[in-house]
Amino acid sequence: MKLTGAEILCETLTQLGVREIFGYPGGAILPVYDALGKSKLHHILVRHEQGATHMADGYARASGGVGVAMATSGPGATNMVTGIATAMLDSSPVVCITGQVSSKVLGSDAFQEVDITGITMPITKHNVVVTKAEDVARTIREAFVIAKSGRPGPVLVDITKDAQQASAEFDWDSCAPKLPPKRVRKNHDQAEFDRAVELLNTAKRPLILAGHGIMVSGAMRTFEQFVRTGSYPVAMTLLGIGCFPARDPLNLGMMGMHGEAWVNNAIQEADLLIAVGMRFDDRVTGDLRTYAKNARKIHIEIDRAEINKNVKVDAALIGDAGEVLEKLTPLIVTRDHSAWLRHINELKGDSAVRDIQSLPDSGHLYAAHVINDLWKETHGEAIVVTDVGQHQMWEAQYYHHNDPRTLITSGGLGTMGFALPAAIGAKFAKPESEVWVVVGDGGFQMTMSELATIVQEKINIKIAIINNGYLGMVRQWQEFFYDKRYVATPLVAPDFAALANAFGIRGERITTRGEVVPTIRAARESSESVLIDFRVEQEDSVYPMVPAGASLHDMIRRPNNPLVETATEP
Amino acid sequence: MQTLVAYVENKPGVLNRVSSLARRLNINIDSLTVGPTENEEIARMTIVAHTDERGAHRLEASLEKLVDVLLAENISSRALLERDLALIKVTADQQNRPHLMELTKVFRARVVDVAPESLIIEVSGTADKIDGLLEVLRPFGVLEMARSGRISMTRGNDLLRPPSVSPQASEMESSGYTVP
Repeated sequence: MKLTGAEILCETLTQLGVREIFGYPGGAILPVYDALGKSKLHHILVRHEQGATHMADGYARASGGVGVAMATSGPGATNMVTGIATAMLDSSPVVCITGQVSSKVLGSDAFQEVDITGITMPITKHNVVVTKAEDVARTIREAFVIAKSGRPGPVLVDITKDAQQASAEFDWDSCAPKLPPKRVRKNHDQAEFDRAVELLNTAKRPLILAGHGIMVSGAMRTFEQFVRTGSYPVAMTLLGIGCFPARDPLNLGMMGMHGEAWVNNAIQEADLLIAVGMRFDDRVTGDLRTYAKNARKIHIEIDRAEINKNVKVDAALIGDAGEVLEKLTPLIVTRDHSAWLRHINELKGDSAVRDIQSLPDSGHLYAAHVINDLWKETHGEAIVVTDVGQHQMWEAQYYHHNDPRTLITSGGLGTMGFALPAAIGAKFAKPESEVWVVVGDGGFQMTMSELATIVQEKINIKIAIINNGYLGMVRQWQEFFYDKRYVATPLVAPDFAALANAFGIRGERITTRGEVVPTIRAARESSESVLIDFRVEQEDSVYPMVPAGASLHDMIRRPNNPLVETATEP
Repeated sequence: MQTLVAYVENKPGVLNRVSSLARRLNINIDSLTVGPTENEEIARMTIVAHTDERGAHRLEASLEKLVDVLLAENISSRALLERDLALIKVTADQQNRPHLMELTKVFRARVVDVAPESLIIEVSGTADKIDGLLEVLRPFGVLEMARSGRISMTRGNDLLRPPSVSPQASEMESSGYTVP
C-alpha cells in the first residue's frame, strides 16, 4: 500500500494504539495535520506547545502508556523543551513529533528552522531526524520501544516536510523496529545478591526507600509482598507516593526536604536502607556526608548509571524492581522488626499534636486544611495533579494516596505550570476518574491559557488554586534564609473565578474554612469543570523543612504559634 | 586518567552524543579517537578522560544508555596496549640533519618527508614515548605537530568485541528493550 509519509505516521500511531495526540499545527507539520483529519486519531489543540508536552506526560503517567505530543518546526519545537526536560527528569515515556523544514533546505536557516535534535539531545532519551517517507513507520515504532523500555524517557522524532509529503510503501510487518544490538549485561553477580540477602536478614533497623521505579515496573503487588514478608517500614519519595497504600501502618509517609520528621529521623537511625527504584536525589538525602551514617545500603535500580552516583551502596542489584524483589522475597528469614517499628512510632512524638490539622480553628484558612478536606471528600481516590511549590508539598503530606498513578507531579525538574496541562492529559488517559488540579497562584498563571483547551474539549477537571498571593516556596526560603526580604515574590493575580467565567468555566472564591467542604462537594457534583480559588493564609510555611545542604535530621519544625496573617485581598 | 572503549553506530551525530554526554557529566576528555571497525556499520572509540574511577563508571554506564552505543567499557585497570601516532615537522638544515636522523633511530621513529629546510618525523607508541621524542626535538625547532590521540586494546585473550547480531523484534526484550 502506497501512502504519504504523513499518512504513514498517522497509520503507525493508530496501530500502536494511540488514540489522542496533544499538539499545535504549523507550516512544517501541515501535511501531517491534513492526514490527521482523515484518521481516527483525536487531536487536542493546546494553547502552547509546552502544554502539549505536559499533557502527553500527564497522559503517560496516569495510564502507564506512551503519551504523544506534536508541534511544528522552529518555535513550536523549542516551546516543547521544558516539557521534554520535565519528562526526562521524571522518566516519563513521551514521544514528541515535530515538523521540520524540507531536507533540501536543512541547515540554511530557512523560515522556522531550528536544530531541535541538537537542542534536545541532552534532555531526551533519544532523538532522530527523519528525511525519508520510507523511514517514518520504523522510526516511530522504535521511538515507542525506546520511550517505554528500561528506564523510560522522552523521545523526539523530527520529520522533514518532504518526508511527510513523499510517498512510500507501507507494510506493518516490514517496518519492525531495528535498533542497534546492545550488549546484554549480567545485572549483578551472585555474590552481590547473596550480600544483599545477608544484609536483609541481619538488619535490626531496616527501612525501605520506595521510589517511582516500583510504579514504572508495575511491581506494586510484588513490592507489597516483600514489605509484608520482612515487616519493613516504608518511606516514600515524592514520585513514589501511591506505590504502597498510605493507609498501611508500615507506610511512614514521605521522606526528604519536606518529609515527615519521624521518617527522616528513622532514616538517620536505620541500620539498613533498602532503596527500590529511587535515585538518592539531593532533595531526599540532604547533606550526603551525614546521610544515614549508621546504615548499610541495598540499591535495587534498573539504571546502572544511578549506582553509587550520590550514595555509595553495599549491594547494588541492577534490574527491574519487580523481578529483583521477586527473587529476594523468598529468601527473607528475619521477619520480626516489631521493636524497631515501635521505636519509629515513638519517634512520631508530638508530631500529631503539632500537626496543623489538630490546632484549634482560628478562623484562618490554611492550605493544609483545604488539601486535607479535599482528601476526605474524595475518599483519597481522585487523581491529583500538582504543580510545584508549597501546595505540592502540602498535597504530598495531607492527601493520602492509596493507589499508584494517582499523584502526578513534576519532581525532578520541578516545573511550574505543569499541573493544569498534565491534568488534561491525565483526564484523557482516565476519562472515568475524578481529576483534581492542585496548583499555586504562581504556577497557574504560567499555563492558565490551557483553560481554553478544557472548554474546547468539554472535559471535566476540578481546579483548586491554593492562592496565597506569593510565590510561596520562594517566599518561605526568603523568610528563613534571607531575613524576610520578599524580593519578587509578592504576586498580583487576576480574579481567578472571574477569569474562569470568561473562559466559560464555573469559578468560585473561598476565604473561610467553613466554605471549603460545601464548595468541594458542589464542584464534585457538577459534570463540568469547576475552578475554586482558595484564598489561604499568606505567610504559612511548609514544615518540617531540611534547609538545602543541611543534614536530614536538621529540620526546621512548625512553631507552636504559627498564625501570622490573614488572607487579604491583593 | 581513565581509558574507555566504546563501540558505536557508524553514523552522523553519534560523536556529538558521546562528547556531549561527557560535557554534561562535567568530564574533560583528554583524547577521543574514532575509526571504523572490520564491520563498516560499527565504529570503535577510545576515550581517555580526566576523571576518577567513579566518574569513569558513570561515563561508561551513561554511554551505554545511548541508543547508538552498543557497548562501553572502562578498561583502565586491565592489561592494555596503547598507541598514539604523531607527525612532527622539525627545522632541519645541512648541519643538524644527521643528528636528527640519529635521534629518530633511537626512538624507533621514521623520517617520512625531507625538504630543504625541514623534516617530518613519524613516531608511534605510548604517549610517554612521543612526549620524550618531542622533548629532545624541541631545541631544533618544532614547526608543526599532529597527534592522533590514543587507541587502546586489551592484551591477549581479553577480547572486547561488539555485539554483532541485530536482534529481531521478538528478541529485543532480552536485549534491554521491551516491545509494546
